[in-house]
Formats: sequence, structure tokens, C-alpha cells
Amino acid sequence: MSRILEVSDLEIELELDGSTISPVRGASITVDRGEILGIAGESGSGKSLTLKSLIGLLPRHGMAKGTLLFSQDGGEPSPYDPADVRGRGISMVFQEPMTALNPTMRVGDLISIGPRFHEGLSRRQAKARTLDLMERVGLPDAERRAKMWPHELSGGLRQRVMIAVALSTKPELLLCDEPTTALDVSVQDQILGLLQQLRTDLGMAIVFVSHDLAVIGELCDRVAVMYAGRVLETGPTTDLLSDPRHPYTAGLIASIPSFDRLDIEPRGIPGQPPDPAVESSGCPFADRCAFTKDDCRTTPFHLTGTRDRQTACIHPEVLRDGRPA
Amino acid sequence: MSGPTGHNPLITDSGIGLDEVEEARAIPSRKRFKTVPRKVWIGAAIITAFALVAIFAPLLAPFDPLAQDPVNNLTPPDSTHLLGTDELGRDVLSRLIYATRTDLPIGLLAALFPFLVGTVLGTLAGFFGGFIDALTMRISDIVQAFPSYILVIALVFVLGPGAKSILIAFTALGWVVYARIIRTEVLRVRSADYVKAAKVSGLPTRGILVRDVFRNSVGPSLVYFPSDIVFATLALAAFSFLGLGIPPPTPEWGAMIADGQAHIREQWWLSTLPGVMIVLLGLGYSLIGDGLEESLDK
Amino acid sequence: MSSLLELENVTVDFSLGSALVAKLQGKPAPVLRAVDRVSLTVKKGESIGIVGESGCGKSTLAQVIVGLQEADQGCVRLEGQEIKVKRPGAVRRRIQMVFQDPGSSLNPRLTVEQTLTVLLKHYGTPDSAARRARCEELLSMVGLSESVLEVKPRSLSGGQRQRVAIARALAVEPDILIADEAVAALDVSVQASILALLNRLRRELDLTLVFISHDLAVVRQVCSRVAVIYLGRVVEDRPAEDLFDDPQHPYTRALMAAAPKLGVVKTAGSAALKGEAPSAMDRPSGCRFRSRCPASQPICAEVEPDLEGPAADQLAACHFAWSGTDPGQPQRVASSSR
Repeated sequence: MSRILEVSDLEIELELDGSTISPVRGASITVDRGEILGIAGESGSGKSLTLKSLIGLLPRHGMAKGTLLFSQDGGEPSPYDPADVRGRGISMVFQEPMTALNPTMRVGDLISIGPRFHEGLSRRQAKARTLDLMERVGLPDAERRAKMWPHELSGGLRQRVMIAVALSTKPELLLCDEPTTALDVSVQDQILGLLQQLRTDLGMAIVFVSHDLAVIGELCDRVAVMYAGRVLETGPTTDLLSDPRHPYTAGLIASIPSFDRLDIEPRGIPGQPPDPAVESSGCPFADRCAFTKDDCRTTPFHLTGTRDRQTACIHPEVLRDGRPA
Repeated sequence: MSGPTGHNPLITDSGIGLDEVEEARAIPSRKRFKTVPRKVWIGAAIITAFALVAIFAPLLAPFDPLAQDPVNNLTPPDSTHLLGTDELGRDVLSRLIYATRTDLPIGLLAALFPFLVGTVLGTLAGFFGGFIDALTMRISDIVQAFPSYILVIALVFVLGPGAKSILIAFTALGWVVYARIIRTEVLRVRSADYVKAAKVSGLPTRGILVRDVFRNSVGPSLVYFPSDIVFATLALAAFSFLGLGIPPPTPEWGAMIADGQAHIREQWWLSTLPGVMIVLLGLGYSLIGDGLEESLDK
Repeated sequence: MSSLLELENVTVDFSLGSALVAKLQGKPAPVLRAVDRVSLTVKKGESIGIVGESGCGKSTLAQVIVGLQEADQGCVRLEGQEIKVKRPGAVRRRIQMVFQDPGSSLNPRLTVEQTLTVLLKHYGTPDSAARRARCEELLSMVGLSESVLEVKPRSLSGGQRQRVAIARALAVEPDILIADEAVAALDVSVQASILALLNRLRRELDLTLVFISHDLAVVRQVCSRVAVIYLGRVVEDRPAEDLFDDPQHPYTRALMAAAPKLGVVKTAGSAALKGEAPSAMDRPSGCRFRSRCPASQPICAEVEPDLEGPAADQLAACHFAWSGTDPGQPQRVASSSR
């Protein structure tokens, strides 16, 4: 099990209108080579910012603290400069295919610009790699497609182009920020299958951020659940989904409508996430949790468990009973 | 809502999970409405000061602004005439004070009338589209294509000099900008869901136009208005300078600048002081406009 | 239960570019057929789901029903009477809508109370005490406390705004509520509460619900009947139980297979449906789904299948529906070869 990415105690602060908010308050995640890690969370959980900080895409008024270790070229993970690693080991796929591609560049040029810049490939070499990548991501008739402009392609095809662009510099780690959220269900299905295939073929690790736990369940080997800027629970996907150890995870799972099981009505989680401008030390979910006890708010937030299976809940036994203890 | 009281919102009798009642809570600080910035108050103070001067001019001015004293003309500032006299012996300070009675109201109206006309036309054009829109836009194209100063000169020539002609001329030209500003906003707003919702609810069109469309479109126009007052005041001064504005002997800053031109070497204050007044007035309005823009920019 | 709402062969065309220019060029006028001869019947108290992916015309259909868009052909009937975009207030209030984006469906300059009061005033609650009482009643129906009355939408969360939008729709006491992707923009934990709210309101107020969505699982929680739309046409229209148990149209099957399900892991390279929907202007001949259908036969290119079936409420538009021969559950096809 060789580690490719280690993030420890990531904290992100943003200055907005004179006040400081902390959308990420101490997140730690690890990714192994060839692993697909899912980061699940709703809006405001800090999952997107966490991802963006890995390659230095924070907004200008943002500040990040913490330890980021990345393993380049097979060695042990070591500290790296997030801005430097773009196109050199880590690539990213964004959410909105309609706006993420430069409309003034043809598809082929978009894919070949990375290798030409970072690896100094000649035009012919870059073209060969481009055509190969386009086949790989499911864009047949590549020669003709490479000459097209982004606006001539549909959302699903643009997303494939974006994946090809991300792969063009042979990353060992691919970051995906809700890449299928803006796509139709049938297209999402294709893209997820594609990502799985790419992981198998290229041995690439993937960090996949999404608000859709079912999508994460389909694709990811392990999951980290984020809420209010913190990681509340991590574990292998099947374990986490069948045996959640944090009430928030259980609440999320219970909220998801499924069309296989009509006997259970989905239940929401009442209330709202806490204000990111306000400091807090105990469990951020305490105000909405059905099982809150007195020490939930006073005990400082921490994760317990092994690297493979962690939870921030200090009373996970309440979930076994399924009723307020 | 949970825990110690025993009430468990995640599991309810009906199994449906909705029995909690949600209190409205203010969203985090970054979305809180900005209070009016300080510069608006500073600007408003300046304008108010000028307004007070205009209102209390007879009490403040030491002399009759029209009283001539050709013998004592072009005197430098002294204990009698604090700012000296002009070429006809009139007290400069009194004329400066009384000029506020011309420059302030006319400057304001010369922006207000275009604002009213342009905003109404632009809103109707943007909301109803079709013929109204085409007509309004083509007329505004024609107006804009004309060199504006020539148009004003022509209008003043036809209508005769004076405040009324100036106001008519400025309105005929100035409405176009306001129409375009609000039309852009109206086009954006009229396809918003809340406008559709109002239509679906069966509310009358007039109400939708005012409450939903207009109120959400008028912001940029209000921001532009103070700076337009500045432009209008400057334009008024310019036209008076050219002899096309307010006819003598009514004191007016632009006319005073023109009159003082010939004596700029020796009695430089005759032209400079009115200019300073214009700058200060403009500063006041600009601060208000900038401040409004900031506070509307949430 | 008699039919409350009827759509008969509703067709909506959007013209693109100049029809005159096209005529001079000898070409047919460029037209996008967003809704193609859709017929639906909705009974009082029923909840029908209209499901489809982007561009299938479901939102346009919603706009026709609610009176924001005119149908170019066909008609909409409310209790037998034909209704168009221009409809009397008494008719208009009977069909109301909740929109997708909670951020833009409320006037940002009005407080919640003002938004509701405008409606109540217009519809004849003259005295302000009665109006206030009704506002509080509406809010409690949707699970909001009266403190919400004084605030503007920007101080509310997405879920709260959507509840206000529902309260607004209910303020005029409609018979039919159309929810156009009403939960699509909400977090999943909030979504479930809103769905539960809609279910409860339907029961308590005997509302008829038309629920537009791209999400089959959500539709299952709320609807007793489902119509699946593809490229402007209804391809399957059946009671929810039957549709989910035994879908008869390959597109419905593909949608169900493609939807992510909790606890099911994806096979690398697999996809339930190849390719993407063709442009509505470039429809395949015969069955419009044939270009992506895993079981397409020669007849599919020649003859467009009618929406028909063994019963009035069991309808599918496929030559091979209910044929017993299974032209193929969509096998997971390798998505890398389109």
C-alpha cells in the first residue's frame, strides 16, 4: 500500500467583507496509489476548497495552512508546492464542462498544449499523444474531432475532452471536482465507467468530490465524509455505506431516495450547517444530531480509529441501536 | 430541536420526518447587507451645506449680487469685500453665494428630468419589447448619433436663452443613457423566475412591472444619477461660459468664470473661485454616487 | 376520480432564425420541436411524474400547462374546458408552480410577508389582520416559523426559500401544483424534507401534483404515475409500480440502469446507454430513440411507434413493448466505443 497523497490538518481561511470565515477547519485525508477516494459532502462542507488547495487554486483572499505531501515519481510523499505540481503529477477535472474549456482553442490544441509545455514534446509527438488520448476517453473519429471547437460539442463530449486534457500530462493523481453533476444521468453513467476504466488501465489515483453519495458509492474505493469544514468519517465505501459510524453519514444515507426500496421513506436532516464565521470546538453536527449528548459539544473535535476506518463521533454506539440512546 | 429534550427529529411517528419548524436564521456575514458607507454621509453633508447657502443666501450675502459699483471695480479681497469685486464692482462673495440658487437647482433638474423620462421609456421598452422597444431604441440611436453640443446650441438658439431652454435641451439629450441603463437591467430581470412566478400567480401586469421588474432594475440608474448631476452642472457652467446658458446679470458660476477670463492675470480669483465651487459640488455628488454603488454591490 | 387535467397532442415549436430567409432559400423553416404531440391525463388527487433528461421538453411542457407558453398544436383542458396562456384569473389560480432555483424564484427586494400579502390582497383578503393570519397559516403548513415573515430571501437557506415558494403557490389555493425540478438544486438532506412536505400537502389538501424531474429515484418517492419523455415525446406512461418493476421501453430501462444506486459498484468501462441524445432538429427517422437503442431493429427506422399498450394507463412507445421477446435489457456496453 504505497501512499501517494497525504493531507494533514488542512485549514483554509477566507477574508470576506472584512470578516474571516473558516470553510475548512482541519481536514486530513490520505490517498494510496491507484486508489479512488471519494470526498462526500453537501454544499458548504468545504470539499471543493479542500480539493482546490491541493493544486493551489484557492481564491486570492484565501489562506491555507497544513501539511501537504505528494509522492512524485514513486518516492515517499514529501512536501510540495501546490502551484508547481499542476501538470506535473496532479491534474484536475472541473464541474462545468460548458465553461471550463477555453472557447478560443480547438480541441486538439487544448489537449496537446500541456505535454508541449511541460514535457517539451514536438508538434508531431503531441499530436500522436492527443489522438491516442481521445480514443482512450471515448472520442472516436479523433482526427476530425481534434479540429473542432468546444462549443460544437455537447456537455458529455466536453467533459471527455476535459478528462483528456487532464490526462495529457500523465498525472499520477487526478482530482475531480463534481465532474458529473452538470451532466445527464446517462452521460454521468458513461463518464463514471470511463474513470473506472482509466484507473484500471493507467493505475492513476483519483480524488472524486461529489455531493451525491450514490455516485461516490458506485465509483470510489474509500470515502471521506465532510461537514462544516471537517472530515467526520472515513472508510472503505461498502463498509461506510452499510455500517456508518457517524450520525451525519447515517442521516445522509437515509436522505437518499432509492427506487429499489420503497418501504423506507427518505428522511431529511433538519436544520442547517453551522455558520462558517463562528468558531466552535465540539462536534459541528451536534445541533442537528438526533443523538446528541452533553459531552458532544464540549469534547474537542478529533478523529478516532485506524487509517482505514475513522470517525469523529464520540458515541458511535447510538447508531447500532438505531434509537436515541 | 434534538437531544436532551427527548424530541428526535430524525424519527417521527408518521415516519415522514417533517415536524420540525425552521426558524429563519441570518446567513453568515459574507451575505449580510452592507450598511451605507461613510462617504455617502460626507457627500450628503457637502450638498446640504450648499443647499443651506442657497436657501439662506439673502442672510449670508453681505451685498446685493446685482449692485454695481463701477468705481470700485476689480478690487482685491479686503475687509469690506471679502473676496473682492468683479469688473462691474459687484461683490464676488455675494455673487458666489447667490449663484448657488441657480447652479444647484438647475444642475439637479437637468439630471432629474432625463432620469425620469429615460427610466420610464427604458423600462417600458425593455419589458414590453416589440414595437415600443424598437421605436425607443431607434430614436435613442438618432439622438446619440448627433453631436450633443451642437444639438443643445441649436435648441437654445430656437428657444431663446434661459433656464427653461437649458432644461429642455438637456432632457432631450440626457434621457438616452438612463433608458439604456435600465433597459439592460429590465431585460435581465424579466426572465427571472420570480417574474414568471408572479405571472403564474395571476398578478396584474402593472403590479409585476413596478414591484418585480422595476424595483430590481433601477439600482444602476440610481447609482448613475449623482454623477449625472455633476455632468449636468458642469455642462451648465460650460454653456454659460459660452454665453448660451443663463443670461446675465444672474450670477452663475460658469458665467463668472467666463467674465473673469479677461482678468485672469491680475484678478485670478474672479475665475478660480467659481471653479472651486463647482469642484466642491461635484465632489459631494460623486461621493454620494460612489457610496451608493458600493452599498448596492452586495 | 375523473380527469382534472388533460393534454391532447400538445406540440411546441421554437423557430430558430428567419423563416423568411429559409423560404427564399427553398428550405423548410428552421424549427425546434421541443414538445411533440404529448397527450397526458391527470386525475384529481393523483401525482404524476414527468421524467426526462435535459432538452427533452419537460420544462416546456410544464410552462404550457401553467400558462407561460402557448402550445402551437393540441390543447390543454382543465375539467374539460380548454385553457390557453391567456386565461381568466379564476382559472389561473387553479394551476400553480414551484420553480427549480430557490435563489431566483422569490423577489429579492420583498420580505416573505410582502410576497405573500401581495397575492392575498389581489385575491380578495381585504383586511390586514386576516392576511397576517393567513400568512402564518401558510408558513406553518410548510414548516416555517413566523419569524421568517420579516426577512428577505437572502437571509434564508435554499430549503427555506423553497418552502416559501411552496407557500406562495398554495396561497391562492390551487388544485394542481407543478413542481419543476423543485428539489434538484437542494442538498440531499434538505431534498428529502421537501419531498416529504409535498407528499403531506398532497394528502392533506387533496392536491394534484405534477412533478417534473430528471431523477427517477426522487420521482418514485412522490409519484403514483410516471411518464418518461425523450426528445419531446412520451415514450412510456404507466403507474409507478409497474414502470419501476417492469419497464417496457428501452430508454426507461436504460435510465434506471444508469442511475447510481447506493451500494452498487460500477463495472469499469460500463455504461447503460451509449452516446448522447441527438439534437431535436436532427431526429432519427422512425423511432427517435433508435440511434441509441441496444435493441433497434429495421422496423424501428421506418415506423415511429405509437404510444399504446394493453390498457388505458399502460402505455409505451416501442414496437417491442409487451412483446414477451426481450430485445435485450440494456447490457452494460463498453462505453469507450460509441
